[in-house]
Amino acid sequence: MAEKKHTLNPDAWVKLHADYLFNYTISRVNNHDLAKDLVQETFFAGLKAKDNFQGLASERTWLISILKRKIIDHYRKINSAKGKAEVKMNFYSDGEREGEWIEERVPSNWSNETDKNIENEELNVVLEKCIDNLPEKYAMVFRMKTIQQFETEEICKELEITSSNLWVIIHRARTQLRKCMEDNWFKN
Amino acid sequence: MKLSCDEATTICDKSQYGEVTLLERIKLSLHLFLCKKCGKYSKQNGIMTKCYEKQSEIKKGEKCCLSEDEKLCMEKELKEND
Repeated sequence: MAEKKHTLNPDAWVKLHADYLFNYTISRVNNHDLAKDLVQETFFAGLKAKDNFQGLASERTWLISILKRKIIDHYRKINSAKGKAEVKMNFYSDGEREGEWIEERVPSNWSNETDKNIENEELNVVLEKCIDNLPEKYAMVFRMKTIQQFETEEICKELEITSSNLWVIIHRARTQLRKCMEDNWFKN
Repeated sequence: MKLSCDEATTICDKSQYGEVTLLERIKLSLHLFLCKKCGKYSKQNGIMTKCYEKQSEIKKGEKCCLSEDEKLCMEKELKEND
């Protein structure tokens, strides 16, 4: 029988991999407790499945593949009918005016000091709040793309969504954030 | 060739990441030339991108880790489940 290249050592998992898995997760879900739970669940699932480990990949690679499933499951949950909170509409979605701006969402003029304004650190506190106010799905995809700066292709693969799906989410998130920053920061 | 405002601003958002095709770029320019509302959106979008870039720098500089207590707790629960 061929010897296994890699073996599992669950006793050392937390010590060897918890930080790595946690960092991987938090850059995707941006929430400490949630990231911790997903890592814990990954370890549990790994224990349960340890007899299926074939030793072809390293222990860490194997754990990451389990974690990836957990992250997709989480995304599906926040995208499901039950968890589906939608962003406010910015454009008419049907009728004669389909695709046109809804009046109260049309961009207003911003104050002239805009350039100076964006150097202010207080801005980032306000911005963070605006992102947190997005429905979870939008916040997650927006953060992965814009804040963590992942490639479009990678996000689509990781969340099992199409690129047109991704751009609709990014578009809605950005329109919402523009409005939120207009109301709470840039308005005269 | 004609885009709705919804479509035009979607392309505008895509352009902030440098991911538009030539055809999209042409269609967008045409729309922005004619539509003041989207023109304003487009201008503000550039400012928003600068804000996001700064946010990204801040976020990437933050170190989030599990505390020792949290890790001990994890270890304990793992043992109990083994």
